[in-house]
Amino acid sequence: MSIVTKETPAKDLVEIKNLKKYFPIRKGILNRTVGHVKAVDGVSLTIKQGETFGLVGESGCGKSTLGRVILQLQHATGGELHFDGQDLLTMNSRELRALREEMQIIFQDPFGSLNPRFHVRNIIGEPLRIHRGMSSNEIDREVVRLMELVGLDASRRNRYPHEFSGGQRQRIGIARAIALNPKFIVADEAVSALDVSVQSQVINLLMRLQKDLGLTYLFIAHGLNVVRHISDRVGVMYLGKLVEVGETESLFAKPLHPYTAALLSAIPKPRISDRRERIVLQGDVPSPANPPSGCRFHTRCPFAQSKCSEVEPQLTEVVPGRQVACHYPLG
Amino acid sequence: MAGRILQIRDLTTGFVTEKGIVKATDKVSLQLEKGQTLCLVGESGSGKSVTALSIMRLIDYAGGMVLEGSIEFHGKDLAQIGQDELRKIRGDKIAMIFQDPMSALNPVFTIGDQIAESLRLHRGLSDSAAWKEAVELLRLVGIPDPALRAKQYSHELSGGMCQRVVIAIALACRPDLLIADEPTTALDVTVQAQILDLLRNLKDELGMSIILITHDMGVAAEMADRIAVMYAGVIVEEGTVQEIFNNPSHPYTVGLLQSIPGLDGDRGKELFTIQGSIPGLGQIPTGCRFHPRCPHAMDICRSQEPSDYWITQDHRAACWLFEDNKVNKSNQRKVKGGV
Repeated sequence: MSIVTKETPAKDLVEIKNLKKYFPIRKGILNRTVGHVKAVDGVSLTIKQGETFGLVGESGCGKSTLGRVILQLQHATGGELHFDGQDLLTMNSRELRALREEMQIIFQDPFGSLNPRFHVRNIIGEPLRIHRGMSSNEIDREVVRLMELVGLDASRRNRYPHEFSGGQRQRIGIARAIALNPKFIVADEAVSALDVSVQSQVINLLMRLQKDLGLTYLFIAHGLNVVRHISDRVGVMYLGKLVEVGETESLFAKPLHPYTAALLSAIPKPRISDRRERIVLQGDVPSPANPPSGCRFHTRCPFAQSKCSEVEPQLTEVVPGRQVACHYPLG
Repeated sequence: MAGRILQIRDLTTGFVTEKGIVKATDKVSLQLEKGQTLCLVGESGSGKSVTALSIMRLIDYAGGMVLEGSIEFHGKDLAQIGQDELRKIRGDKIAMIFQDPMSALNPVFTIGDQIAESLRLHRGLSDSAAWKEAVELLRLVGIPDPALRAKQYSHELSGGMCQRVVIAIALACRPDLLIADEPTTALDVTVQAQILDLLRNLKDELGMSIILITHDMGVAAEMADRIAVMYAGVIVEEGTVQEIFNNPSHPYTVGLLQSIPGLDGDRGKELFTIQGSIPGLGQIPTGCRFHPRCPHAMDICRSQEPSDYWITQDHRAACWLFEDNKVNKSNQRKVKGGV
C-alpha cells in the first residue's frame, strides 16, 4: 500500500465524540416541537494535525452541518468536541471568538459568500481589523501579501467582487480564510461550483497552502474525484452517521461498507475503458427526520438481512486505520 | 446518409446587447445519426446550452436569435420556419429536459396533469385516455406506484423522482430527438447513476437520438457515441467517444482531460492546470479563441482563426497544429498537448 507516512505521529487537532445536532421540527399555532431532523446523529472522529480529512456523502447526509458544528457556527445538541485540546462546547462566545482565529471556513458559493458592497481589500482585511486591530496601512500591506499568496493581482484590491471571475472569487475567499494564519480550515464544497479547468487551479492552491502554512483541512465535498485527490483520510456519511472511515487509497480501492461501494461505483469515470457494471442503488435517501430502524442504509442495501433492520451497527475498527459501521462488511 | 436526423451547418447565435450583437455560438456544425447519443461538453459559457436552445429555437424567447446557418431536422430547416410550425415539432418530434427538475415542473398542477397536457395537445387524446397514458409513462420511467404518484404535486417528490417525471413528459409523444441539458448535474451521484441508466435504456427501447449537454467528462464517457467539445462558442474538437478519449488532439481537450482529479496514482500530486480563465462573450480573443491559455500557441494562432482539420476521417479539431495533417498520409503527425 502506498500510504505516505508522516515522520512524527501527528497529534489530534480535532476530536469529536458522539457529536449530535438535531434541528427541531415545529408545527401548529403553538409551534410545538413534533420531531427532530437528526442532521448529525452521533458522529465520532479525529482529525490529525496537518492532514486533510475528506468528508463525502449525498445531499442531506449532514456533512455540512458537521463542518459547521465543528466550527461552532451551530451549537451541538450533544456529544463532545475538542479543538487543540480545548473543549469547545463549554466555551462562552467571547472565548470562542478568540479561538476563531485558529479555525476558518471556505464556502461553496464564491458569489454568495463575499459581500458585494465591500472592496476586496476590505473583505480580506476584515478579520485582520477585528482580531488584530491593525491600522489600515498594516492591513493594506497584509492584503497585498495575501492576494499574492493566493495568486491574485494585488493591484486589483480596490475592486468589487463582481469584477472577478468565479475562480478568482474563490481565491478571495481563501485569502480571507488564511488571513489570520489559522491551524484548521473547513472547506465546505470549496471547489464544487468551479469549472474543471479552474477547479484544478484552486485544488493546487489549497494543497500548496497546506504544505507552506501547515494547515489542517476538513474537506467536505460530494465530488468524490476531488476528495480522492486531496484527502489523506476519508469519512463517508449517510443520514447523519459515519458509515466508513479509512485511508483514502485503501478506502477507494476496497470499500467495506456497501454504501461506500455503491457511491464509488456510481461515479462516471472519464475513461471509456471503464464502462462497466455499476451498483445502482434503488430509491432515494430516506428523510433524516424519520430514519429507518437498525442500519439506516438497510432500505437501499443490496445485501441487507433481517438483522440489519433491527440492530444498529456501530462504527468499529475492522482493519487498523479502517472503521466501518456494517454487520456484514464487504471483502 | 439515410440515418441522419439532424444536420447543423454554421449555426451562429447571438444576443442583442447595449454594445451590439454578441455571438454566443459561432459557426457551429454538427450532425446526429438516428439512435445515437451526441454529447456536447465544455465549461460554463462555452455555448452548449445556447446551441441546444437554438435547435429548438427557444433561443428566440431567451432574447437571442439565430443569425446564420441552418438546422436541418427531418429535411426541414428549423432556422427558417415560423414559431407556429415549430410549436408542432417541439414536444412532439423534439423534446428537451433541463438541469433543475424542480423548477421545470409546475407546482400547482399534479404531475399526471402535466404529462397528460402534451398528450392532449400533440396527440389529441381525450382527458381519460391521456391520463391513462400518463400513468403508463410514469411506469416506463421507473416510478413506483405510478397511479398514485400521478395525483401528486412536484413538491411531494424527490429531485430524482422529479427528473423522472420531466423525462416522462419529454417522452410523452415519443420524440425522435431528446435534448438533455445537464439532466443530472443537480442530482446526487447515486441518483445520477439511476437517471443515466434510465436514459440509456429508453434510448435503446424507443430508438431515439439524444443530444446530451454536460460539463462532466465522466458522464460523456459513459453516455456518448460522439463528443463535441465546445470552448467560447465554437466547437474545438469533435469525434467518436473513443477518439476523443484515446486520442484527444485539441490542446483544450487535452488540458480538460488532464485537469480531472482523482484518477489512479495521482493523489496528492499537483494537478495539471490550464492557465487563466474562460473569456466572457464580450471579450473573445482574436485568432484562435483558446490561444491566450494554450501552451502551444504560435503566431498564427493569435491572428487567424483556425478552421477544422481532420485528425482521422472521423475526428476533427479546430487547431493550427493540425494544418499539415493529411489523414491519408502514413506518417501522420500526432501532436499531444501538455507533454
